[in-house]
Amino acid sequence: MCGIIGVIDKTREMMDGSAIREALAIMDERGSGEGAGYVAYGVYPDYADLYAIHVFYDNIIEPKTKVEELLETWGMIEHDEEIPTYESGRMRKVHIPWRYFFRPNRKLMAQSHTPEDDIVTKIVMTVNTSIPGALIFSSGQNIGVFKASGWPEEVADFYRVEDYEGYLWMAHNRYPTNTSGWWGGAHPFNLLNWSVVHNGEITSYGTNRRYIESFGYSCTMYTDTEVVAYLMDLLARRHNLSPEHTVRALAPPFWEEIERMEPSEQQLNTAIRLTYGQAMMNGPFAIAVASHDLLVGFSDRIKLRPLVVGEHDQRLYISSEEAAIRTMEPSVKKISMPRAGQPIVGRVVA
Amino acid sequence: MIIGSRPLKFQVMVDHDQCMLCGRCVENCSYGVYRMEDGKIRVNSRNCVACHRCLSQCPRDAIMIAERPCDYRNHPVWTDQVRENIFKQAESGKILLGGMGNTGDYPIIFDRLVLDACQVTNPSIDPLREPMELRTFIGKKPRQLELKYGPGNDVELKTKLVKNLQLETPIMIGHMSYGAISLNAQMAMAKAVSESGTFMGTGEGGLHEALYPYQNHMIVQVASGRFGVDVNYLDRGAAIEIKIGQGAKPGIGGHLPGEKVCADVSCTRMIPEGSDAISPAPHHDIYSIEDLKQLVRGLKEATEWKKPVFVKIAAVHNVAAIAAGIARSGADAVVVDGFRGGTGAAPAVFRDHVGIPIEAAIAAVDTKLRQQGIRNEVSIIASGGIRQSADLTKAICLGADAVYIGTAALVAMGCRVCGTCYRNLCTWGIATQRPDLVARLNPDEAAVNVSNLIHAWTLELAELMGAAGINSIESLRGNRDRLRGYMLDETMLDVLDVNAVGA
Ligand code: SF4
Ligand code: SF4
Repeated sequence: MCGIIGVIDKTREMMDGSAIREALAIMDERGSGEGAGYVAYGVYPDYADLYAIHVFYDNIIEPKTKVEELLETWGMIEHDEEIPTYESGRMRKVHIPWRYFFRPNRKLMAQSHTPEDDIVTKIVMTVNTSIPGALIFSSGQNIGVFKASGWPEEVADFYRVEDYEGYLWMAHNRYPTNTSGWWGGAHPFNLLNWSVVHNGEITSYGTNRRYIESFGYSCTMYTDTEVVAYLMDLLARRHNLSPEHTVRALAPPFWEEIERMEPSEQQLNTAIRLTYGQAMMNGPFAIAVASHDLLVGFSDRIKLRPLVVGEHDQRLYISSEEAAIRTMEPSVKKISMPRAGQPIVGRVVA
Repeated sequence: MIIGSRPLKFQVMVDHDQCMLCGRCVENCSYGVYRMEDGKIRVNSRNCVACHRCLSQCPRDAIMIAERPCDYRNHPVWTDQVRENIFKQAESGKILLGGMGNTGDYPIIFDRLVLDACQVTNPSIDPLREPMELRTFIGKKPRQLELKYGPGNDVELKTKLVKNLQLETPIMIGHMSYGAISLNAQMAMAKAVSESGTFMGTGEGGLHEALYPYQNHMIVQVASGRFGVDVNYLDRGAAIEIKIGQGAKPGIGGHLPGEKVCADVSCTRMIPEGSDAISPAPHHDIYSIEDLKQLVRGLKEATEWKKPVFVKIAAVHNVAAIAAGIARSGADAVVVDGFRGGTGAAPAVFRDHVGIPIEAAIAAVDTKLRQQGIRNEVSIIASGGIRQSADLTKAICLGADAVYIGTAALVAMGCRVCGTCYRNLCTWGIATQRPDLVARLNPDEAAVNVSNLIHAWTLELAELMGAAGINSIESLRGNRDRLRGYMLDETMLDVLDVNAVGA
């Protein structure tokens, strides 16, 4: 099942985490109390140009030393601290969440067009595959993922999400099947500035994983969602496709529809399907993806999972349920249901 | 006469109470098993090859054929086959020939792989109600698209796509030449692939005029003997295939016996009538991968860069590295032919002992091309031992883009896999040029059977995909997560990159 919700304020007006906490909690029925999470964009204005790296440590002895050594090799830690958490009820600090504000040394990857991003990607992949007891779960600039095992409201209170302010939020309530209860398995998934929340199961995961791995990504979270973040990073950042065309690649129109298009559209869509066939995602899903200036929602090609869109002044909402949107914005001006595969894109204008 | 008679391979028995003396068996058997004598059907069982033509024609079910009713003394090491081969070679001093595929007692990996289906957490998709896309493109694909965004919604596609073959189902028919098989057999298959929206290979025997109407669905082959190759031939094909090797006999050339080279075959192949057509083992202009690159370029140049060029190799130990070399040669597809591939005739020692199974070869090739980031450079066509839709589905999960079937298409036209194709006596009119035998195969009727087979497998593939919650073939391709190995050892699972059942 799982429940998702996302909101973007196109004028970058800040919202604290209390409303999305309520919205997610109203979808408790869609979860099982084994995982929930939040991501907010714009949360670290004091370190806006640094990479905010969130790590789960099993202990703060060896894994922490190793991660810090690696970070120091590739750049500079400008500030670090334990992420404040508040234990109560059954919420216990199973892992110790830590955050670093990190400046990569771009000279160390001079051959790349995006040296900083590539250094951080490399660090994420290295830590998550080869440092036991450490897991990087958030690595973008001025953004933060907060997730754990528990019900939405429990996780929100554990991190006190109401203390954070962002212009773009996404949240996820989990009903795990692949990896139960594991904190790393909760959503949102994040890589660099991409975050993903996902309801469903990707039946093409094997194909997508093998595809993305041939471009140097490694799938380390044992679940199908992370592949979406990597695909977004590959197509939208490295290959420079627009968000709409990236969604086209991930949930393309059927050949039958392509055949009915104008010649130039037809050519473009055929090219996308031929080139990115292995990036196409199959299976039932509704996904919301965020980046700095963007919130994108889309469902699978035959819409086997719900996706509702709300529009209210400068805010765009994407959710599994209308009720969740109405919890955040009781007088929401417009509610709609996108067609299967149709991308819903909200972009900041300021 | 030192060795003398061996136990009968097949014993033919006629139930004389049932027999109505219609004479059909006598008429139909080209191997000389039957004769009518003294108002009774008499048999010479030693001539029987178990092609079952007589069985299929007998109106009274009066014929019974038993295999090895009297066997050799059982011995696990000195099997009957081993002893029989020694007898034959002791008498002849020659290389043993055999038809059809590998008869070695190797486990079939396909039969130890199982497919997945959805339950609860994701719904299966009903292909009768929802679209199910099997359309497949064979050829080079860009590694990345370059789109140029202008003002507003303006977008320009900067990347140029090269020609791909568009298949409506990922099943093609492999190369069986005119000469090895009859024109009627080729005609039947050509009609079937045209109707099914797919393609077939001409084999290395040229393209007979009668097939010109179907040329848009034919892949013309250039093999080491260059039989039938001229620019007209190349121009007519939808694609061109360079045949380097064949799964049934890796490392050696081909041999079409002179008996099969009738006037028509001789014209199509451009060789003298009645002469043996011998394809040398290597192409005499390809002694390295660079030479292959030149030939690929030469063929493309000759056809104005309009046709995809495939390269076919036998699956041998180093198949993955070889395929990676081919991917860099400018070729558009690599055909990997496993050691179960069929053939008209091959030295039995090659057929049974050289090469590797298609399942492992496909897995290795797909993995290698991905590691090197060149998977989009070539399509992978799996061939050799694809017997049913399950094999097809599993081959695609392992990484193939499409398959070639060969024997399966012949069986759809009546072939009983008797393995005597090289004798020019095929009673089914398939592997023969004898006009009376060829006439038995009605191309229109046989075309229906072949296209039925393709259709049936396509339906089954769609059902299997739907059950796995997949509605487009792209999401099945290389999706090894949807396979599990059953009774495969760990090394094999590693090669296939597949988990064991339960894992
Ligand atoms: S075909 Fe059957 S019925 Fe006819 S002669 Fe032969 S055995 Fe008898
Ligand atoms: S094609 Fe004819 S000769 Fe060859 S195996 Fe089949 S039935 Fe026998």
